[in-house]
Amino acid sequence: MATLRHQQEKLGLDTFLRGLWEENPVFVMLLGMCPVLAVTNSTMNAIAMGLATTFVLVASSGLISLLRNLIPKQVRIASYIVIIATFVTVVDYAIQAISLDLYNALGAFIQLIVANCVILGRAEAYASKQRLHTTLVNSLGMGAGFTVALLALGTVREVLGNGTLLGFQVMPANFEPWVVMILPPGGFFVLGSWLLLFAYIRQRQDQRVLEKGGVSDAR
Amino acid sequence: MMQAAPSTPGFRMIRTLGAIAMLSGLLVVLVFRWTEPIIAENQRIAIEKAVFQVVPGATRRVDVVLGADGIALATDAAGEGETVYAAFDEQGKLKGIALAAGAQGYQDVVKLLYGYDPACSCIRGIKILKMTETPGLGDKIAFDPGFLRNFEALSAVVNASGDGLTNPIEAVKHGHKQFAWEVDAISGATISSVAVANALNRSMQRMAPLIQRHRDALGEVVR
Repeated sequence: MATLRHQQEKLGLDTFLRGLWEENPVFVMLLGMCPVLAVTNSTMNAIAMGLATTFVLVASSGLISLLRNLIPKQVRIASYIVIIATFVTVVDYAIQAISLDLYNALGAFIQLIVANCVILGRAEAYASKQRLHTTLVNSLGMGAGFTVALLALGTVREVLGNGTLLGFQVMPANFEPWVVMILPPGGFFVLGSWLLLFAYIRQRQDQRVLEKGGVSDAR
Repeated sequence: MMQAAPSTPGFRMIRTLGAIAMLSGLLVVLVFRWTEPIIAENQRIAIEKAVFQVVPGATRRVDVVLGADGIALATDAAGEGETVYAAFDEQGKLKGIALAAGAQGYQDVVKLLYGYDPACSCIRGIKILKMTETPGLGDKIAFDPGFLRNFEALSAVVNASGDGLTNPIEAVKHGHKQFAWEVDAISGATISSVAVANALNRSMQRMAPLIQRHRDALGEVVR
Protein backbone atom coordinates (compact mmCIF):
# COMPACT_ATOMS: atom_id res chain seq x y z
CA MET A 1 0.00 0.00 0.00
CA ALA A 2 1.39 3.30 -1.11
CA THR A 3 -0.17 5.58 1.47
CA LEU A 4 0.11 5.64 5.21
CA ARG A 5 -3.03 5.03 7.20
CA HIS A 6 -4.67 8.29 8.13
CA GLN A 7 -6.78 9.19 11.08
CA GLN A 8 -10.33 8.21 10.07
CA GLU A 9 -12.88 10.83 10.94
CA LYS A 10 -15.96 9.67 12.77
CA LEU A 11 -19.21 10.56 11.09
CA GLY A 12 -21.04 13.30 12.96
CA LEU A 13 -23.20 16.31 12.36
CA ASP A 14 -20.04 18.39 12.25
CA THR A 15 -18.83 16.44 9.19
CA PHE A 16 -21.66 18.06 7.25
CA LEU A 17 -21.92 21.43 8.98
CA ARG A 18 -18.24 22.28 8.68
CA GLY A 19 -18.63 23.03 4.98
CA LEU A 20 -21.57 25.33 5.62
CA TRP A 21 -20.00 27.63 8.18
CA GLU A 22 -16.65 26.93 9.82
CA GLU A 23 -14.86 25.88 6.63
CA ASN A 24 -17.18 27.45 4.07
CA PRO A 25 -15.29 27.08 0.78
CA VAL A 26 -16.12 30.59 -0.41
CA PHE A 27 -16.42 32.81 2.66
CA VAL A 28 -13.74 31.16 4.82
CA MET A 29 -11.35 29.27 2.56
CA LEU A 30 -11.78 31.72 -0.36
CA LEU A 31 -11.61 28.91 -2.91
CA GLY A 32 -13.26 28.71 -6.33
CA MET A 33 -13.52 32.48 -6.67
CA CYS A 34 -13.77 32.40 -10.46
CA PRO A 35 -17.32 31.01 -10.77
CA VAL A 36 -18.31 32.81 -7.57
CA LEU A 37 -17.66 36.18 -9.16
CA ALA A 38 -18.55 35.33 -12.74
CA VAL A 39 -21.90 33.55 -12.75
CA THR A 40 -23.64 35.02 -9.69
CA ASN A 41 -25.30 37.86 -11.61
CA SER A 42 -28.67 36.16 -11.20
CA THR A 43 -30.23 33.85 -8.63
CA MET A 44 -31.03 31.16 -11.18
CA ASN A 45 -27.43 31.03 -12.42
CA ALA A 46 -26.20 30.85 -8.84
CA ILE A 47 -28.51 27.92 -8.00
CA ALA A 48 -27.60 26.03 -11.18
CA MET A 49 -23.88 26.57 -10.73
CA GLY A 50 -24.07 25.61 -7.05
CA LEU A 51 -25.98 22.40 -7.77
CA ALA A 52 -23.70 21.46 -10.67
CA THR A 53 -20.61 21.98 -8.55
CA THR A 54 -22.15 20.05 -5.66
CA PHE A 55 -22.92 17.10 -7.91
CA VAL A 56 -19.39 17.02 -9.32
CA LEU A 57 -17.94 17.41 -5.83
CA VAL A 58 -19.98 14.60 -4.25
CA ALA A 59 -19.64 12.18 -7.16
CA SER A 60 -15.92 12.66 -7.71
CA SER A 61 -15.11 12.66 -3.99
CA GLY A 62 -17.11 9.47 -3.58
CA LEU A 63 -15.32 7.68 -6.41
CA ILE A 64 -11.92 8.91 -5.25
CA SER A 65 -12.67 7.71 -1.74
CA LEU A 66 -13.63 4.28 -3.08
CA LEU A 67 -10.45 4.03 -5.14
CA ARG A 68 -8.19 5.68 -2.56
CA ASN A 69 -6.23 2.51 -1.81
CA LEU A 70 -5.83 1.56 -5.47
CA ILE A 71 -4.45 4.84 -6.84
CA PRO A 72 -0.64 5.04 -6.60
CA LYS A 73 0.58 8.25 -5.01
CA GLN A 74 2.59 9.31 -8.07
CA VAL A 75 -0.41 9.43 -10.41
CA ARG A 76 -3.05 10.53 -7.94
CA ILE A 77 -3.49 14.10 -9.23
CA ALA A 78 -3.84 12.85 -12.81
CA SER A 79 -6.41 10.30 -11.66
CA TYR A 80 -8.37 12.91 -9.72
CA ILE A 81 -8.46 15.25 -12.71
CA VAL A 82 -9.71 12.49 -15.02
CA ILE A 83 -12.44 11.55 -12.55
CA ILE A 84 -13.48 15.18 -11.98
CA ALA A 85 -13.46 15.91 -15.73
CA THR A 86 -15.71 12.90 -16.30
CA PHE A 87 -18.37 14.13 -13.92
CA VAL A 88 -18.11 17.68 -15.28
CA THR A 89 -18.81 16.32 -18.77
CA VAL A 90 -21.80 14.45 -17.37
CA VAL A 91 -23.14 17.67 -15.80
CA ASP A 92 -22.45 19.54 -19.04
CA TYR A 93 -24.67 17.18 -21.04
CA ALA A 94 -27.29 17.08 -18.30
CA ILE A 95 -27.67 20.88 -18.21
CA GLN A 96 -27.91 21.00 -22.02
CA ALA A 97 -30.70 18.45 -21.79
CA ILE A 98 -32.50 20.32 -19.01
CA SER A 99 -32.41 23.83 -20.48
CA LEU A 100 -30.45 25.37 -23.35
CA ASP A 101 -31.10 28.88 -22.02
CA LEU A 102 -29.50 27.97 -18.72
CA TYR A 103 -26.62 26.34 -20.57
CA ASN A 104 -26.02 29.51 -22.59
CA ALA A 105 -26.25 31.69 -19.49
CA LEU A 106 -23.61 29.66 -17.64
CA GLY A 107 -21.37 29.59 -20.70
CA ALA A 108 -17.89 28.20 -20.29
CA PHE A 109 -18.14 28.09 -16.51
CA ILE A 110 -19.65 24.60 -16.47
CA GLN A 111 -16.59 23.15 -18.18
CA LEU A 112 -14.42 25.23 -15.88
CA ILE A 113 -15.74 23.32 -12.86
CA VAL A 114 -12.85 20.96 -13.70
CA ALA A 115 -10.46 23.64 -12.55
CA ASN A 116 -12.45 24.58 -9.44
CA CYS A 117 -9.96 24.28 -6.59
CA VAL A 118 -12.69 23.39 -4.08
CA ILE A 119 -13.12 20.03 -5.80
CA LEU A 120 -9.48 19.13 -6.27
CA GLY A 121 -8.78 20.48 -2.79
CA ARG A 122 -11.43 18.21 -1.24
CA ALA A 123 -10.14 15.23 -3.23
CA GLU A 124 -6.59 15.73 -2.02
CA ALA A 125 -7.30 16.86 1.53
CA TYR A 126 -10.26 14.67 2.41
CA ALA A 127 -11.57 12.08 -0.04
CA SER A 128 -8.18 10.44 -0.63
CA LYS A 129 -7.87 9.70 3.10
CA GLN A 130 -11.35 9.12 4.46
CA ARG A 131 -13.94 6.37 4.15
CA LEU A 132 -16.80 6.59 1.68
CA HIS A 133 -19.66 7.59 3.96
CA THR A 134 -17.84 10.41 5.76
CA THR A 135 -16.52 11.64 2.40
CA LEU A 136 -19.99 11.76 0.90
CA VAL A 137 -21.41 13.66 3.88
CA ASN A 138 -18.48 16.04 4.03
CA SER A 139 -18.51 16.84 0.32
CA LEU A 140 -22.28 17.30 0.41
CA GLY A 141 -21.75 19.84 3.19
CA MET A 142 -19.04 21.59 1.22
CA GLY A 143 -21.28 21.66 -1.85
CA ALA A 144 -24.14 23.07 0.21
CA GLY A 145 -21.80 25.72 1.62
CA PHE A 146 -20.67 26.62 -1.90
CA THR A 147 -24.28 26.82 -3.13
CA VAL A 148 -25.36 28.97 -0.18
CA ALA A 149 -22.45 31.32 -0.82
CA LEU A 150 -23.31 31.62 -4.52
CA LEU A 151 -26.94 32.27 -3.57
CA ALA A 152 -25.90 34.94 -1.08
CA LEU A 153 -24.15 36.76 -3.91
CA GLY A 154 -26.66 35.94 -6.65
CA THR A 155 -29.79 37.16 -4.84
CA VAL A 156 -28.23 40.46 -3.75
CA ARG A 157 -26.82 41.12 -7.22
CA GLU A 158 -30.08 40.28 -9.01
CA VAL A 159 -32.28 42.35 -6.67
CA LEU A 160 -30.03 45.42 -6.78
CA GLY A 161 -28.85 45.08 -10.36
CA ASN A 162 -32.09 44.10 -12.05
CA GLY A 163 -34.85 44.74 -9.50
CA THR A 164 -35.98 41.12 -9.79
CA LEU A 165 -35.66 37.87 -7.87
CA LEU A 166 -35.70 34.65 -9.89
CA GLY A 167 -37.13 36.75 -12.71
CA PHE A 168 -40.03 38.20 -10.68
CA GLN A 169 -40.17 41.94 -10.07
CA VAL A 170 -39.54 42.60 -6.38
CA MET A 171 -38.48 46.23 -6.41
CA PRO A 172 -40.98 49.08 -6.94
CA ALA A 173 -41.47 50.10 -10.57
CA ASN A 174 -39.63 53.40 -10.15
CA PHE A 175 -36.51 51.61 -8.87
CA GLU A 176 -33.52 52.37 -11.09
CA PRO A 177 -31.40 49.18 -11.28
CA TRP A 178 -27.76 49.46 -10.22
CA VAL A 179 -26.32 48.05 -13.41
CA VAL A 180 -22.84 47.82 -11.86
CA MET A 181 -24.12 44.97 -9.66
CA ILE A 182 -24.63 42.73 -12.70
CA LEU A 183 -21.24 43.65 -14.14
CA PRO A 184 -18.08 41.95 -12.81
CA PRO A 185 -17.22 44.78 -10.35
CA GLY A 186 -20.57 44.16 -8.63
CA GLY A 187 -19.39 40.64 -7.81
CA PHE A 188 -16.40 42.05 -5.98
CA PHE A 189 -18.52 44.62 -4.13
CA VAL A 190 -21.04 42.06 -2.90
CA LEU A 191 -18.41 39.47 -2.01
CA GLY A 192 -16.46 42.13 -0.10
CA SER A 193 -19.58 43.18 1.80
CA TRP A 194 -20.39 39.61 2.82
CA LEU A 195 -16.79 38.97 3.93
CA LEU A 196 -16.91 42.19 5.97
CA LEU A 197 -20.15 41.11 7.62
CA PHE A 198 -18.80 37.66 8.52
CA ALA A 199 -15.52 39.08 9.81
CA TYR A 200 -17.52 41.47 11.99
CA ILE A 201 -19.74 38.68 13.39
CA ARG A 202 -16.70 36.55 14.14
CA GLN A 203 -14.94 39.41 15.89
CA ARG A 204 -18.01 40.08 18.02
CA GLN A 205 -18.14 36.42 19.01
CA ASP A 206 -14.48 36.38 19.95
CA GLN A 207 -14.89 39.53 21.98
CA ARG A 208 -17.87 38.17 23.86
CA VAL A 209 -15.89 35.08 24.80
CA LEU A 210 -13.01 37.25 26.02
CA GLU A 211 -15.32 39.50 28.06
CA LYS A 212 -16.82 36.50 29.77
CA GLY A 213 -13.26 35.65 30.78
CA GLY A 214 -14.01 32.40 29.06
CA VAL A 215 -11.76 29.55 28.19
CA SER A 216 -9.20 29.63 25.42
CA ASP A 217 -11.52 28.23 22.76
CA ALA A 218 -12.33 31.43 20.92
CA ARG A 219 -14.74 29.86 18.48
CA MET B 1 9.78 15.16 -7.01
CA MET B 2 12.03 12.35 -5.74
CA GLN B 3 10.36 9.82 -3.53
CA ALA B 4 12.20 8.36 -0.59
CA ALA B 5 9.58 5.65 -0.22
CA PRO B 6 9.86 2.51 -2.38
CA SER B 7 8.66 3.45 -5.82
CA THR B 8 5.54 1.99 -7.38
CA PRO B 9 6.24 -0.12 -10.45
CA GLY B 10 5.46 1.77 -13.64
CA PHE B 11 3.03 -0.80 -14.94
CA ARG B 12 0.83 -0.36 -11.87
CA MET B 13 0.52 3.36 -12.51
CA ILE B 14 -0.30 2.76 -16.16
CA ARG B 15 -2.83 0.10 -15.19
CA THR B 16 -4.55 2.40 -12.70
CA LEU B 17 -4.66 5.36 -15.06
CA GLY B 18 -5.84 3.16 -17.91
CA ALA B 19 -8.62 1.67 -15.81
CA ILE B 20 -9.78 5.07 -14.60
CA ALA B 21 -9.71 6.48 -18.14
CA MET B 22 -11.73 3.52 -19.42
CA LEU B 23 -14.26 3.88 -16.63
CA SER B 24 -14.64 7.59 -17.32
CA GLY B 25 -14.94 6.99 -21.07
CA LEU B 26 -17.70 4.50 -20.48
CA LEU B 27 -19.57 6.90 -18.21
CA VAL B 28 -19.30 9.80 -20.66
CA VAL B 29 -20.51 7.66 -23.57
CA LEU B 30 -23.48 6.40 -21.55
CA VAL B 31 -24.55 9.92 -20.57
CA PHE B 32 -23.96 11.20 -24.11
CA ARG B 33 -26.13 8.51 -25.66
CA TRP B 34 -28.83 9.14 -23.11
CA THR B 35 -28.94 12.96 -23.45
CA GLU B 36 -28.27 13.24 -27.19
CA PRO B 37 -31.92 13.00 -28.38
CA ILE B 38 -33.12 15.32 -25.59
CA ILE B 39 -30.51 17.95 -26.50
CA ALA B 40 -31.34 17.68 -30.21
CA GLU B 41 -35.03 18.18 -29.39
CA ASN B 42 -34.22 21.20 -27.21
CA GLN B 43 -32.22 22.74 -30.03
CA ARG B 44 -35.01 22.11 -32.52
CA ILE B 45 -37.54 23.83 -30.24
CA ALA B 46 -35.18 26.77 -29.68
CA ILE B 47 -34.64 27.27 -33.43
CA GLU B 48 -38.34 26.88 -34.16
CA LYS B 49 -39.29 29.47 -31.56
CA ALA B 50 -36.74 31.93 -32.93
CA VAL B 51 -37.80 31.36 -36.56
CA PHE B 52 -41.48 31.95 -35.81
CA GLN B 53 -40.54 35.06 -33.87
CA VAL B 54 -38.61 36.71 -36.72
CA VAL B 55 -41.10 35.71 -39.43
CA PRO B 56 -44.48 37.02 -38.25
CA GLY B 57 -47.40 34.74 -39.06
CA ALA B 58 -45.32 31.63 -39.69
CA THR B 59 -46.33 28.27 -38.23
CA ARG B 60 -44.21 25.77 -40.20
CA ARG B 61 -40.60 25.68 -41.19
CA VAL B 62 -38.51 23.79 -43.75
CA ASP B 63 -34.71 23.76 -43.57
CA VAL B 64 -33.24 24.60 -46.95
CA VAL B 65 -29.66 24.77 -48.18
CA LEU B 66 -29.38 27.82 -50.40
CA GLY B 67 -26.30 28.14 -52.60
CA ALA B 68 -25.13 29.64 -55.88
CA ASP B 69 -26.36 26.59 -57.80
CA GLY B 70 -29.87 26.57 -56.38
CA ILE B 71 -31.70 25.13 -53.43
CA ALA B 72 -31.84 21.74 -51.78
CA LEU B 73 -33.65 20.38 -48.77
CA ALA B 74 -31.33 20.30 -45.76
CA THR B 75 -32.31 16.67 -45.18
CA ASP B 76 -30.94 15.69 -48.60
CA ALA B 77 -27.59 17.26 -47.64
CA ALA B 78 -26.76 17.84 -51.32
CA GLY B 79 -25.14 20.94 -52.79
CA GLU B 80 -23.13 23.65 -51.10
CA GLY B 81 -24.51 26.75 -49.48
CA GLU B 82 -25.96 28.21 -46.33
CA THR B 83 -28.73 26.59 -44.32
CA VAL B 84 -31.75 28.88 -44.10
CA TYR B 85 -35.20 28.32 -42.64
CA ALA B 86 -38.11 28.80 -45.01
CA ALA B 87 -41.18 29.69 -42.93
CA PHE B 88 -44.76 29.08 -44.06
CA ASP B 89 -48.19 29.84 -42.70
CA GLU B 90 -51.02 27.38 -42.16
CA GLN B 91 -52.05 27.50 -45.85
CA GLY B 92 -48.52 26.70 -47.04
CA LYS B 93 -47.81 30.23 -48.22
CA LEU B 94 -44.18 31.40 -47.95
CA LYS B 95 -44.11 34.07 -45.21
CA GLY B 96 -40.38 34.63 -45.16
CA ILE B 97 -36.92 33.19 -44.83
CA ALA B 98 -35.10 33.11 -41.51
CA LEU B 99 -31.33 33.44 -41.77
CA ALA B 100 -28.49 33.46 -39.26
CA ALA B 101 -25.98 36.31 -39.26
CA GLY B 102 -23.20 37.62 -37.06
CA ALA B 103 -20.77 40.51 -36.69
CA GLN B 104 -18.19 41.74 -34.22
CA GLY B 105 -19.81 43.65 -31.37
CA TYR B 106 -18.31 45.53 -28.44
CA GLN B 107 -16.89 42.52 -26.61
CA ASP B 108 -17.52 39.51 -28.79
CA VAL B 109 -19.40 38.40 -31.88
CA VAL B 110 -23.12 39.21 -31.87
CA LYS B 111 -25.05 36.30 -33.39
CA LEU B 112 -28.62 36.80 -34.51
CA LEU B 113 -31.42 35.31 -36.54
CA TYR B 114 -33.50 37.53 -38.82
CA GLY B 115 -36.50 37.11 -41.04
CA TYR B 116 -36.46 38.27 -44.68
CA ASP B 117 -39.72 38.67 -46.55
CA PRO B 118 -39.08 38.34 -50.33
CA ALA B 119 -42.53 39.76 -51.12
CA CYS B 120 -41.73 43.20 -49.66
CA SER B 121 -37.93 42.86 -50.03
CA CYS B 122 -37.56 43.74 -46.39
CA ILE B 123 -36.45 42.39 -43.04
CA ARG B 124 -39.39 41.60 -40.76
CA GLY B 125 -37.76 40.91 -37.43
CA ILE B 126 -34.56 40.00 -35.61
CA LYS B 127 -33.70 37.95 -32.57
CA ILE B 128 -30.33 38.07 -30.85
CA LEU B 129 -29.17 34.50 -30.30
CA LYS B 130 -25.86 35.08 -28.59
CA MET B 131 -24.02 38.15 -27.36
CA THR B 132 -21.82 39.39 -24.57
CA GLU B 133 -22.61 43.09 -24.88
CA THR B 134 -22.48 45.26 -21.77
CA PRO B 135 -25.59 44.77 -19.60
CA GLY B 136 -27.59 47.97 -19.36
CA LEU B 137 -25.99 49.48 -22.47
CA GLY B 138 -25.14 47.25 -25.44
CA ASP B 139 -27.52 44.47 -24.50
CA LYS B 140 -30.44 46.80 -25.29
CA ILE B 141 -30.12 45.62 -28.92
CA ALA B 142 -32.00 42.49 -27.81
CA PHE B 143 -35.08 44.14 -26.29
CA ASP B 144 -35.16 47.94 -26.74
CA PRO B 145 -38.59 48.51 -28.35
CA GLY B 146 -37.46 51.60 -30.27
CA PHE B 147 -34.50 49.77 -31.72
CA LEU B 148 -36.51 46.67 -32.64
CA ARG B 149 -38.99 48.88 -34.49
CA ASN B 150 -36.19 49.36 -37.07
CA PHE B 151 -36.69 45.78 -38.14
CA GLU B 152 -40.43 45.74 -38.70
CA ALA B 153 -39.84 46.65 -42.36
CA LEU B 154 -36.15 47.29 -43.00
CA SER B 155 -35.67 47.67 -46.72
CA ALA B 156 -33.26 45.30 -48.48
CA VAL B 157 -33.93 45.67 -52.20
CA VAL B 158 -31.78 43.71 -54.66
CA ASN B 159 -29.99 45.92 -57.23
CA ALA B 160 -30.48 45.77 -61.00
CA SER B 161 -27.46 43.57 -61.71
CA GLY B 162 -28.66 41.10 -59.07
CA ASP B 163 -25.41 40.79 -57.12
CA GLY B 164 -26.12 42.89 -54.04
CA LEU B 165 -28.41 45.46 -52.47
CA THR B 166 -29.40 48.77 -54.05
CA ASN B 167 -28.76 50.49 -50.76
CA PRO B 168 -26.55 48.85 -48.12
CA ILE B 169 -28.11 48.48 -44.67
CA GLU B 170 -26.41 51.04 -42.44
CA ALA B 171 -26.61 52.18 -38.86
CA VAL B 172 -27.04 55.91 -38.36
CA LYS B 173 -26.78 58.03 -35.22
CA HIS B 174 -29.79 57.93 -32.93
CA GLY B 175 -32.60 60.09 -34.30
CA HIS B 176 -31.04 60.49 -37.76
CA LYS B 177 -32.87 57.73 -39.61
CA GLN B 178 -34.14 59.05 -42.96
CA PHE B 179 -34.44 56.06 -45.28
CA ALA B 180 -36.05 52.66 -45.01
CA TRP B 181 -32.68 50.88 -45.23
CA GLU B 182 -31.14 52.76 -42.28
CA VAL B 183 -30.97 51.45 -38.73
CA ASP B 184 -31.55 54.04 -36.01
CA ALA B 185 -28.81 53.26 -33.46
CA ILE B 186 -29.41 53.25 -29.71
CA SER B 187 -27.64 56.18 -28.09
CA GLY B 188 -25.04 54.76 -25.71
CA ALA B 189 -24.97 51.48 -27.62
CA THR B 190 -23.68 52.63 -30.99
CA ILE B 191 -21.09 49.88 -31.43
CA SER B 192 -23.63 47.14 -30.68
CA SER B 193 -26.19 48.76 -33.00
CA VAL B 194 -23.60 49.01 -35.78
CA ALA B 195 -22.78 45.33 -35.23
CA VAL B 196 -26.41 44.39 -35.85
CA ALA B 197 -26.56 46.53 -39.01
CA ASN B 198 -23.26 45.10 -40.27
CA ALA B 199 -24.39 41.54 -39.66
CA LEU B 200 -27.63 42.16 -41.57
CA ASN B 201 -25.90 44.01 -44.39
CA ARG B 202 -23.19 41.41 -44.95
CA SER B 203 -25.67 38.55 -44.89
CA MET B 204 -28.25 40.30 -47.08
CA GLN B 205 -25.73 41.45 -49.72
CA ARG B 206 -24.99 37.80 -50.34
CA MET B 207 -28.28 36.07 -49.61
CA ALA B 208 -31.02 38.50 -50.77
CA PRO B 209 -30.12 38.08 -54.50
CA LEU B 210 -30.09 34.29 -54.08
CA ILE B 211 -33.43 34.27 -52.28
CA GLN B 212 -35.05 36.49 -54.93
CA ARG B 213 -33.63 34.33 -57.75
CA HIS B 214 -34.98 31.11 -56.21
CA ARG B 215 -38.08 32.65 -54.69
CA ASP B 216 -40.54 30.43 -56.59
CA ALA B 217 -38.60 27.27 -55.80
CA LEU B 218 -38.48 28.26 -52.11
CA GLY B 219 -42.25 28.60 -52.10
CA GLU B 220 -42.53 25.02 -53.36
CA VAL B 221 -40.37 23.26 -50.75
CA VAL B 222 -43.24 22.95 -48.31
CA ARG B 223 -44.89 20.38 -50.60
